[in-house]
Amino acid sequence: MTWRQKGLTYLVVGPFAIVLAFPFYLALVTMFRTDADLAIQTHTPYVVNDAEGKLHWDFWNDATTEHVGFLFNDTNYPQWLLNTLLVGAAVVAITLLLAMPAGYALARLAGGWGQSAGIGIFLVYLIPPTLLFLPLSRIVTNLDLKDSLWALILVYPSFTIPFATWLLMGFFKTIPQELEDAALVDGCSRLKALYRIVLPISLPGILTVVIFTFSLCVNEFIYAFTFISSSEQRTVSAGIPNDLIRGDVFFWQSLLAATLIPSIPLALLYNAFLDRFIKGFTGGAFR
Amino acid sequence: MEAESAAGGAPSTRRWRHALEDRRVLAPLLIAPAVIFIVLVVGLPFGWAIYLSLTDAIGGSLSGNWVGFDNFTNAWSDDNFQKALRNTLIFTFASQIIVVIGAAILSAFLVRDFRGRWIVRFLIVLPWAAPVVLSTITWLWILDSLYSVLNWTLDRLHLDNALVWLFDVTRFEEGAQVPLQWLGRPNLALAAITLVHAWRILPFAVVIFIAGRASIPNEVEDASKIDGATGLKKLWYVDLPLQLPIALVAVLFGIVFTAGDFAVVYILTAGGPFNSTQVLPTWAFQIGINSGSLGEGAAISLYLFPLLVVVTVAMLFFARRAQVS
Repeated sequence: MTWRQKGLTYLVVGPFAIVLAFPFYLALVTMFRTDADLAIQTHTPYVVNDAEGKLHWDFWNDATTEHVGFLFNDTNYPQWLLNTLLVGAAVVAITLLLAMPAGYALARLAGGWGQSAGIGIFLVYLIPPTLLFLPLSRIVTNLDLKDSLWALILVYPSFTIPFATWLLMGFFKTIPQELEDAALVDGCSRLKALYRIVLPISLPGILTVVIFTFSLCVNEFIYAFTFISSSEQRTVSAGIPNDLIRGDVFFWQSLLAATLIPSIPLALLYNAFLDRFIKGFTGGAFR
Repeated sequence: MEAESAAGGAPSTRRWRHALEDRRVLAPLLIAPAVIFIVLVVGLPFGWAIYLSLTDAIGGSLSGNWVGFDNFTNAWSDDNFQKALRNTLIFTFASQIIVVIGAAILSAFLVRDFRGRWIVRFLIVLPWAAPVVLSTITWLWILDSLYSVLNWTLDRLHLDNALVWLFDVTRFEEGAQVPLQWLGRPNLALAAITLVHAWRILPFAVVIFIAGRASIPNEVEDASKIDGATGLKKLWYVDLPLQLPIALVAVLFGIVFTAGDFAVVYILTAGGPFNSTQVLPTWAFQIGINSGSLGEGAAISLYLFPLLVVVTVAMLFFARRAQVS
């Protein structure tokens, strides 16, 4: 690239990156601002100021961690994080258990109708929860699962299984058929070949599915919001807007810390597995 | 004989093992658990939603009296429903226009190799990776009625009055001047919600666009070079036609994710002010859960279905075309 092309690249990419990441930067800064600084509207909102609204480069002198402390010591936030992890782990386990065999069968065994059936299953993923939450909320109540994490563990696979089956189908297709054939010739049964040969090779793909399935669980809002009403049983997505926003009183610094903390590890994982995800996601459709 | 049964077990188990090697038996057997689960947790509630929409069921019950299409006609004749339907379409399509333009530009530059690409990609993917509810809460702070960082900036750039004019809103409350109420004035709230949707969908579209670019064979690039296609000409005659199917698939995903979304509107405005930003999902929640009219709520959410069917059929069509090219 010439230096002009390079300059143009930065000139286009830079502003986009700044706008897209800006809310996260703002959350990061605001969570450390003191009440005295935050309460005055004329204070520069982009940085941590002292009580008079002056910016010093000595960050820790004007910043405070009391709101982050409040979040962890005086709210149910740690419990919500734990609940989210529990639900996510359980849903990931159920999803893999059901989607791995299905994805493998669609990619390898089903023949001509595999692709169509795969697309059919994937379409289920496109049915938004907003279409299903009313009957499901009644069903959950009748099963006596209301207010229990089990309700979410039961319902979340409804969108994670179609999603994961599609991804896994894409990944399994990229594994050379010859490897399996060799195992079969050596007297391995098909299931054994799947377990011994295909799964170990697909581990990166499976890990990608684990991460994106988990992320779908963290993202989910309407089920978590309608099925669960006691604060201790909530996940982060439902707990934060419900319990940390009380009428007109906003615990802004704590609120913003609460939103940033789960987002950053998820974003790092996304980046690490993004290329693989795209390969699996578009693998069935393009090429 | 004895040696054989010792190796293969009883005859019936052997037959089973043999059957498991047969694709026609094994494939359905492996797929069945997933399909049965989906039928139970998606198919059943979906059928139930249709049934409920045809009854006068109220909160706390799973059935009601048959009322035919009354719920659908009653919902339709409500002004708020009309607004919700209109808003769903506005948010969905306006945000996708922004997304397509942004993704087309951004993906063209992101495929280049430049220093700092990793960090740029990390920053760009953030809105997609962050849980939607949580990032929307951050927007709540950006658009706050008193402390809005957006207003602070517009104020210092002397652009605030231009926006007042552009969106035809008032800055006065009981005679006193107040900051721009991004979530408290219908026009501004519509714009704000559209922007938040575009912001969160853009990274996904960029990523899909990049994948689409990567799938164009190198020969095409070489051939167009030999034929002297450069700059705009190349963009119009070579790049666009090749990328169109994939771009459309990204857009269709964006439509599904925006039209069915409940969280963004619910967190930002909860449908307010005065139901001016309701969308079908929030209105269905309002009627079905808050007002307890389960039947009518189900009917409202089912109005989303035709849109989704159209989008899905289009998606299958374009995905197939992308495959061919």
